[in-house]
Amino acid sequence: MLQLERRPVDSALMRWASPVLALVLTVITGFVLFLAMGRDPVEGLRFFFITPISDVIGLAELGLKMAPLLLCAAGLTVCYRARLWNIGAEGHFLMGALGASVVAVQFLEADGFWVLPLVLLAGVLAGVLWAAIAAGLKTHLHCNEILTTIMLNYIALNFLLYAVHGPLKDPYGFGFPQSVMFGDSSLLPALIPGTRLHIGLAFGLLAAVAVWVMFARSFVGFQLNVIGQDHRAADFAGFSARRLTWLAFLVGGATAGLAGASEVTGPIGQLVPQVSPGYGYTAIIVVFLGRMHALGIIAASALLALTFLGGEMLQIAMNMPKAVTGLFQGLLLFYLLTCDALIHYRIRFRHRARESKVMTPSTAAGEA
Amino acid sequence: MSATQRLKLENIVKEYPGCRANDGIDLIVEAGEIHALLGENGAGKSTLMKVIYGLVQPDEGQMFWNGKPVQVANPAEARGMGIGMVFQHFSLFETLTVAENIALGLPAYEARDRAKLEERIREVSAHYGMALDPRRYVSTLSVGERQRVEIVRCLIQESTLLILDEPTSVLTPQEVTTLFATLRKLSAEGCSILFISHKLEEVRALCDNATVLRHGRVSGDCRPAEISATDIARLMVGEDTPISTRVTSAQPGELLLEAKNLSWRCDDPFGTSLNKVSFNLRRGEIVGIAGVAGNGQDELLKALSGEVRVDAGSLEFDGRRIETLTPDQRRGSGVAIVPEERLGRGAVPGMTLADNALLTASGQGLVQKGMIRFGRVREFCRNVIDRFDVRCNGETSTAGSLSGGNLQKYIIGREALQNPKLLVASHPTWGVDVGSAVAIHEALIRLRDEGAAILLISEDLDELYQLCNRMGALCGGRLSPLAEASDLSIEQLGQWMAGEFGSEEASHVAA
Repeated sequence: MLQLERRPVDSALMRWASPVLALVLTVITGFVLFLAMGRDPVEGLRFFFITPISDVIGLAELGLKMAPLLLCAAGLTVCYRARLWNIGAEGHFLMGALGASVVAVQFLEADGFWVLPLVLLAGVLAGVLWAAIAAGLKTHLHCNEILTTIMLNYIALNFLLYAVHGPLKDPYGFGFPQSVMFGDSSLLPALIPGTRLHIGLAFGLLAAVAVWVMFARSFVGFQLNVIGQDHRAADFAGFSARRLTWLAFLVGGATAGLAGASEVTGPIGQLVPQVSPGYGYTAIIVVFLGRMHALGIIAASALLALTFLGGEMLQIAMNMPKAVTGLFQGLLLFYLLTCDALIHYRIRFRHRARESKVMTPSTAAGEA
Repeated sequence: MSATQRLKLENIVKEYPGCRANDGIDLIVEAGEIHALLGENGAGKSTLMKVIYGLVQPDEGQMFWNGKPVQVANPAEARGMGIGMVFQHFSLFETLTVAENIALGLPAYEARDRAKLEERIREVSAHYGMALDPRRYVSTLSVGERQRVEIVRCLIQESTLLILDEPTSVLTPQEVTTLFATLRKLSAEGCSILFISHKLEEVRALCDNATVLRHGRVSGDCRPAEISATDIARLMVGEDTPISTRVTSAQPGELLLEAKNLSWRCDDPFGTSLNKVSFNLRRGEIVGIAGVAGNGQDELLKALSGEVRVDAGSLEFDGRRIETLTPDQRRGSGVAIVPEERLGRGAVPGMTLADNALLTASGQGLVQKGMIRFGRVREFCRNVIDRFDVRCNGETSTAGSLSGGNLQKYIIGREALQNPKLLVASHPTWGVDVGSAVAIHEALIRLRDEGAAILLISEDLDELYQLCNRMGALCGGRLSPLAEASDLSIEQLGQWMAGEFGSEEASHVAA
């Protein structure tokens, strides 16, 4: 009989082995799914995981998708370490894109090094403002941040739709809901000439390094960890939950806002309704897959970026629906959460029928 | 003989991951006997009684009930056989009446006839000298009365073996006397009692026989009335552990802390509000606050630490008003706190000892410009570990992996090495092994002799009498007057613990 048994101490090995195991299980499930749909599974997996990154252009596209994921994930890491379940990176991202666009369309003809920083700053501030609403609701009215941030995501999306259908709509755009193309001085410089990869990826990597320094070295990172692990110890030590909550939300809003701004000033060059294919939501998976650790989220953002590319590749090469991206992302998160049980529990094979009913948490073991 | 053997355990073994909680335990309880089960925390008492009550199945061994081999599958079966149990933490619904609570444990046909049940409750409680009104709501009962409800519940279920888990830890001295009278009467009528405790004097006063456990094994059987408490303690802790503290006399200095009329209203309907608590503390003395748990001890601690802001009253510390300061500001001015909960308040279980040093000691030069100075943190942490003899695998051990006693030594050490002017310690030796308790007491006395004022909140009256210069008691959020420990009789203290003191008198003495 299979049984889950509480480990005396959490397994450090499983903490990092669990994402790998989850990836393996995702690939196996993907294999089965391709079979079930009557497609060649080897070819399907090759198109999904390998073809998109088999040349420099492909790698540059991977970096392009990594940039927003990494930025959003860095900010979410700060929140999640403190157990503040901010699901609002998508909203911060959209507001960042909108804020940056509002400023960028004012300076279509302007020429100067100051335009781009101003545009990016507008995006950051818009993200911060959006996060501040959720932070204020949490600290002053004790609203659950999961609910408020999700709702704010939809409000942000509708703001953005209103803008592209209304005030920001390109008057010469044949009625398409999109803004005018930004001026050159509002665009992010390329990181690798000849590709679409822009310095947004550098922002993302810098944000990951900043997160690493924050949690490995700084006292405020320590305070956030304490709040996350043990609220009463934080109260006892006198760490201000209100101040730290604000800090975490504002950092989350700033990085996601910057990600949104980088997206409109980078590969797109204008504001469009579909500016985000769900980067803010995917970033949540990145944070958990990356174990809320800087190096981990860099690796995880690359993997999740690949799911976007792989999904597109399957649409093109095998005529499969766009939903495969979401399917693989969902599978990955599902298996990750399942495998994480193995950090705290271990699987035991039991032959005796009679065993304690009270002391051992005897959750029926899954087949994992 | 087997006819009078109510309960017999043979070679009971129970193993948990990483620990053999019961390692071949034999135990015999005769009919009508009051049998003590003694041992330190972690000796295996709780596991053994869970085995008897059917909460846990033993891995090996056999249990006999009235001479017949039995297997107890669950507590309902145990109750059916006649085994009743009173846990340390009561299992009563506060929003129901006494009779309703008792009815919950009975078969439906008995529970339905409420008038008859109430009659029986009155009868049983009167017979055994435990006054109880079946129609009162449990939330209005004192802790001692709640315990009576639990005992009466067992008696109504016609238990012939009553297991009591540390029953006196929640009682005032007077209530203990009443409880003992009840237990003696029960025993005279043939009911066996298994009395679990670590208070040796009580065991000597009450019990016929005692079984002492150590590290999951029986370390001795004895007749407690016939041997000294020291000898029993030796059986509990082994040969190489010190079992008593040498307390030198204190030299109290000038006034350090003056609390006047501290009041705080608790929003929790079952919590305790503080009501005009006034007292003062001088340098170089230990002041004790006695009281039954839940009478405002935790609230008082939080009011002093700054975790709650009092609604009214003033706190003057070292010539400065501190009642509006935050916990870290108070700590910065020399207030150190040792809370009752070690894990999950005093220390973060999943963090290393070094990180836990940072929790309260960040003001000791461990942080510079917002960055942690890990070298200094490790140095501070190792210093605590060395000076306070914390048994662990170095500063990278997690707090949760330490035994209660070792973690408590670490927490006390962490606070003591910050040279506090005032240390407030709540139940510092609760659930701590004897060796660590001695070390903790010595640390408190050392701190006192270095000129710190210490406020000791404890339920352990022996500890308070041993260490304190002055003492008072909390009851229902009000503080009794403080009196010199040497002049304070245990009867007087017991009355204070039960709330028998005038509030005018309290403020008079404190002023």
